[in-house]
This record gives sequence, C-alpha cells and structure tokens, in this order.
Amino acid sequence: MLEIKNLRARIGEKEILKGIDLTVPTGEIHAIMGPNGAGKSTLSYVLSGRDGYEVTEGEVLYNGVNILELAPEDRAAAGMFLAFQYPVELPGVGNANFLRTALNAVRRKRGEPELDAVAFLKSARAAIKSLQMNEDFLKRNVNVGFSGGEKKRNEMLQMALLKPGLAILDETDSGLDIDALRIVSEGVNALRGPSFSALVITHYQRLLDHIVPDMVHVLAGGRIVRSGPKELALELEARGYAGVEAA
Amino acid sequence: MSDTQLTPEELAGQKYKYGFTTDIAMEEFPKGLSEEIVRLISAKKQEPEWLLEWRLKAYRLWCESEEPHWAHIHHPPINYQDYYYYAAPAKAAPKSLDEVDPELLKTYEKLGIPLNERAALAGVAVDAVFDSVSVATTFRETLAKAGVIFCPISEAVREHPELVRKYLGSVVPQSDNYFAALNSAVFSDGSFVYIPKGVRCPMELSTYFRINARNTGQFERTLIIADEGAYVSYLEGCTAPQRDENQLHAAVVELVAMNDATIKYSTVQNWYPGDAEGRGGIYNFVTKRGACRGRNSKISWTQVETGSAITWKYPSCILQGENSVGEFYSVAVTNHHQQADTGTKMIHIGKNTRSTIISKGISAGKSNNTYRGLVRILPAASGARNFTQCDSLLIGEECGAHTVPYIENRNLTSKVEHEATTSKIAEDQLFYCRSRGLSQEDAVGLIVNGFCKDVLKELPMEFAVEAQKLLSVSLEGSVG
Repeated sequence: MLEIKNLRARIGEKEILKGIDLTVPTGEIHAIMGPNGAGKSTLSYVLSGRDGYEVTEGEVLYNGVNILELAPEDRAAAGMFLAFQYPVELPGVGNANFLRTALNAVRRKRGEPELDAVAFLKSARAAIKSLQMNEDFLKRNVNVGFSGGEKKRNEMLQMALLKPGLAILDETDSGLDIDALRIVSEGVNALRGPSFSALVITHYQRLLDHIVPDMVHVLAGGRIVRSGPKELALELEARGYAGVEAA
Repeated sequence: MSDTQLTPEELAGQKYKYGFTTDIAMEEFPKGLSEEIVRLISAKKQEPEWLLEWRLKAYRLWCESEEPHWAHIHHPPINYQDYYYYAAPAKAAPKSLDEVDPELLKTYEKLGIPLNERAALAGVAVDAVFDSVSVATTFRETLAKAGVIFCPISEAVREHPELVRKYLGSVVPQSDNYFAALNSAVFSDGSFVYIPKGVRCPMELSTYFRINARNTGQFERTLIIADEGAYVSYLEGCTAPQRDENQLHAAVVELVAMNDATIKYSTVQNWYPGDAEGRGGIYNFVTKRGACRGRNSKISWTQVETGSAITWKYPSCILQGENSVGEFYSVAVTNHHQQADTGTKMIHIGKNTRSTIISKGISAGKSNNTYRGLVRILPAASGARNFTQCDSLLIGEECGAHTVPYIENRNLTSKVEHEATTSKIAEDQLFYCRSRGLSQEDAVGLIVNGFCKDVLKELPMEFAVEAQKLLSVSLEGSVG
C-alpha cells in the first residue's frame, strides 16, 4: 500500500507539490491525470528519489516504510519501479548486462540468490516473448538508437523482470503509436493482481482504455483537486481540465 | 639470476626492519647518479664491455639533455641525485597474508584475483606462496619446446648477446629523450622475448608474467622481437595495486616485428596514485615504441592506465614495412589529483600502412587527463590510412580533459580521420541506473565500462574482466 500524506516538494525556490494526499491500496491501479505543469513528473521523481527535488513537508509510506529516507536503489529493492517518460541511453552498456546487473542488485538486497547467466537468459527470453519483442533487444546497448516505442517496451521488459510491487508509469504513453500502446498496456496488465499496484500518470485518457484504473485522480496546481471512478477520465476527456482546475 | 632479482631464499632471509641492519652495505650504493654508479651497475651484473659503453654513452647523453616540460603535467622539481639507482633498500617482505594490509586484500577480493595469487601479489616472501615456482617451471618448459626465448633481459645479455646487441636501442635509441637516456644508463632489469620464424607463441605471456616477474625495478627495460611470421601476445603489469616505494619510474619498451609478424602488447598499469589529497604516488615516465619493420607486420598496443600520480607515456608505432598495421587502444583513468598525459605516435613510412587510435580518457576528482597524439604520414607512404577517435568522459566539476592531436600529412593519396568527443556522466544516467536498483558506484562502473568497451574488448580475455572491475575500484568515491 502506498500512502502519500501532505507531500510538499520544491525545486530550488519554486514549490511544485503543495500538499498531496493520496492512497493506493495494494492490488489497485490508480491514474493521475492533469494539465501540463501540474506537477505530475515531479511527483513521480519525488516518489522514486531523484536528486534536485526537496521535500519540505509530509511523508510517503510504502508498506509502512517512509521511503523518502531511502536512496533510489533501496526504493527499487523495496519493490518500487519508475517507468520513465524519456528512458535514458547508456552507450556501450549491453541491455542484457544492464538487466542482469539490475536484477541481481535488487535480488541481493531482497536476500534472494543472484541469477547466473543461464538462469537470467531463460527468464529474460520468456519476458521478451510475452512482450512480443525481438531477442536482439538483449544484445543492443541500453536504449541507444531505440525508437520511442522500443524504449517504452524496454521499460516494460525491465519491469517484467524486476517484478515490482508498485509501478509508477510517468507518461509512458507519450509518443507511442497504437500498437506500442497496446503492448505497454499488456505489460502492465500482465502484472495486475492482488499484490501489484500502479500509479499511472498520463495526460490523455486513451491509455486508460487499455489499463483500466480503479481510481482516477486529477492533479492540478500541485494538489489533487478531484478523485473519482474510471468514468472521471472520460469526463475530463470531454470537458478538458479547465473546469476541474477552477473547482 | 641478476642481483636485483632476489631469490626466494634471499627474500625470506631479509629481516630489515625500518632500521635496516643486515649485511647489504648501503655505502656501496649511495644515492645519486654518476658515471661511477653506471659502471658499478654494469659490473655488478657482470655485463660485457659493449653494454657498459652503451650505458655510459646513454649517461653522457642524459647529462647533456634537459627534462622535458611540454606535457600537461606539473610536479615539484625532481632531484635526480636523491634517488637510488641500484637495488634500493627493500622493506621487509611480509611472511604471510596475516601481515598484509587488510585494505590491500579487500581490493584483491573486489578485483576477483584468485586466492592463491593474492599472497604473491601482496609481496609475501615467494617461498611461502602456493606452488608458484612449479607453475613457472611448467610455463618455461612449454615455451622452450616452441623455441621461444623468454627470460630476464640480464640473462639474455649473457645467453643471447648477439640478439640483444642487434636490437637493444634499435627502436628507442639512448638519445631518444631524457627519460629513455636515463633508463638506458641505469636500467635494472626487464623482460626479453624472442619468437623465432613462423612460431605462434603457445601461451599468453601474461600469465607467466603475473606470477613470476616482480621486482624488475623502477627502470624496467623490455625488448620483444617477433621474427618472420611469428605471433606473440604479451601482458605487462596486473590489475592488483602495485605497492612500490620507488617514486620515480622510467621504463623503456622496444618491439620489433619482422615480415608478417604480429605483436600484441597489453598493459594494465596500477601503480600507487598517491592519496586523495595528492600526496605521494609514482611518477611514471615511460617510452614505448614498436617498429613494424617487415611487410604485413602488425603491432597493437592496448593499455589500461589507472595508477601513478603522473603518467607520461606514448606507446608508438613506426610503420616501415609495406602494409604494416599499428593500433593503439587506450583507457586512461585519473581521479583525485592524478595527472595523465598519454597518447601515441603513428609514423607512416611504408606504402599502404594503416593505423587505428582509440583513446578513452576518464577524469574524476581534481585530476587532469590529456590525450596527446601524433599521426605523421611521410611522402613515401602512399595509400596510408589513419583513423583516430578520442573520447573524454568527465565525472564531477573539478577535473580536466584535454585533447592535443597533431596531424602531419605529406602524401596526397593518404587518408586521415579524426573524431573527438567530450561528455559527462549525466545525472539522468545515474538516476536511471539507481532507480533500477544499482548503487551509485555500480552505476558509475557500468557507465564507465560502457564508455571503454571498444578498448577493453582488445584485452586478453582473463584480464578484461579484472580490468572492468579495476575501473570501478579506481573511481570509487568519485561521485556524490
């Protein structure tokens, strides 16, 4: 369970998050929608521990632990996963090597045995198959020369292998064609279950046709201004954010 | 066995505490350099007259020349009269691993060095080390069967004087530069390799080297000759930290490749770099050069330089034979207050000669890292080609990366390409890795290894893995 309580955060002198309260019970998928500049990406970075964001108030509990005190790698080990809006390129670093290093780092911290090359390849190939990806992916350098869609699929591959308890998808749908959108959604839906939760951050409603949320929250001006069932997304799509912001 | 290479018995018998009271009379080998010292060194090694004359000529040249100051390095003036030039007093060798600095052992562990080699590397008296003597003997037999000569250069002077006399100084003459002259006058020991015609050396000469050839001294001299159609791969140094009390190192390496011969020379240099504040550390002034004398010959330098307070080093190729090939693959890492000025010279003389230069410089802390390279194409070198790629990676805000390429092309049919990039480890790359569970240091290691991949893949397999770990260890504490 993720509990965000009165979270305030700033970049430099500028306050971006102005007191966010949000609870995502285990097993549920919640969507966060909002206009540009509402603080959506800031929220995902604060949750995953990126430098440069100062939390001035509030706390974030994940399964009862205040994760704001943890380094990003320890949050990953605790089961959190951030799917990046713009996945980063790592020249010269092979995808398989990266995946295995990450997976074993997390497994070590979780007290699980590390995977050897053979065991890793077996699970990586299975994940690749289920995401309808080409095995060449493993040989290429991390995100280097990948199309937008390939980068997002690579995020899903990492997620499938790391098996997080909580996934934060930061505008994962931006720049995706309809096929890629479907595959990304299938990646999330495949993990869906009683021990998996997700926070799907998106500007548009269309992703939510594929990943159907249990709840929709509207983030505007650094606060959650409205929450409701999945139909809220359709309403926003029809009427825009102008109305909710004023509310 | 030469006097500088103590036998295991001698090593074990040394009981110098810091007071140093054994019967090795220091008065005989005072500090400082003079003609007398050069004569003394030669006499102690029972060298022939010609070699003494050769050393004396070098000594006179050294006296007449001046220390070079064109490199991008800074150090207090070196007082050459304040060093020992022959068998500096050694500290007592530890008797077992229990006496070795635990920090050193921890580093070996991180590097994944096999347990039975750790003691040898830590300088534990050789007779206490797990079967290294028998392993060395096996190697020696294998090589002898193939006709390969591989021995200390002092031994080669005695056993193969015709070869040594023919080739010594033929690639790096005594007059070459200040440090080469110094080395030629006082060289302590080093390796001699001769691969006869048509022989492919049956093993990487690295493995042997790692266990056997320590204590070659601070003025190492190496000579490798590959006769027609021969092949040899040689690895110098090792990834384990080299504890050495000598501050000044000036080595010379000469390679000669005849028709259709190939020499692959790999270096992993990890001398003491000084502490985090820049105190101490080795000054490493090295002259390395290979001559591709024959048609279709090839010399390939691969280096991973992570140690020393100062590195001054330009492994070069003289591409004389038609169709000969020179390669230089380099990773130079500087951290804290280290300074490296390193690169290569590719001198194209023969027709259709080709050279490739791939240089990866990584600077962290307050260090400075300079690539300095010369590509010279002479008028006769029709159809010559060079490709150069120099990439610099900066970690942090206080370090420097410099690229100083010199290109001299005097042949219209030749082709020279140069590419250079400078980048920083981006904050988003680190965060991306960390959000996937990697620690900050593992993330830096992964990114740096990716950056160096084109060079690391040139290393002999068993060292590539250690070298990767070495890069990470060298950069520990460089971020955050």
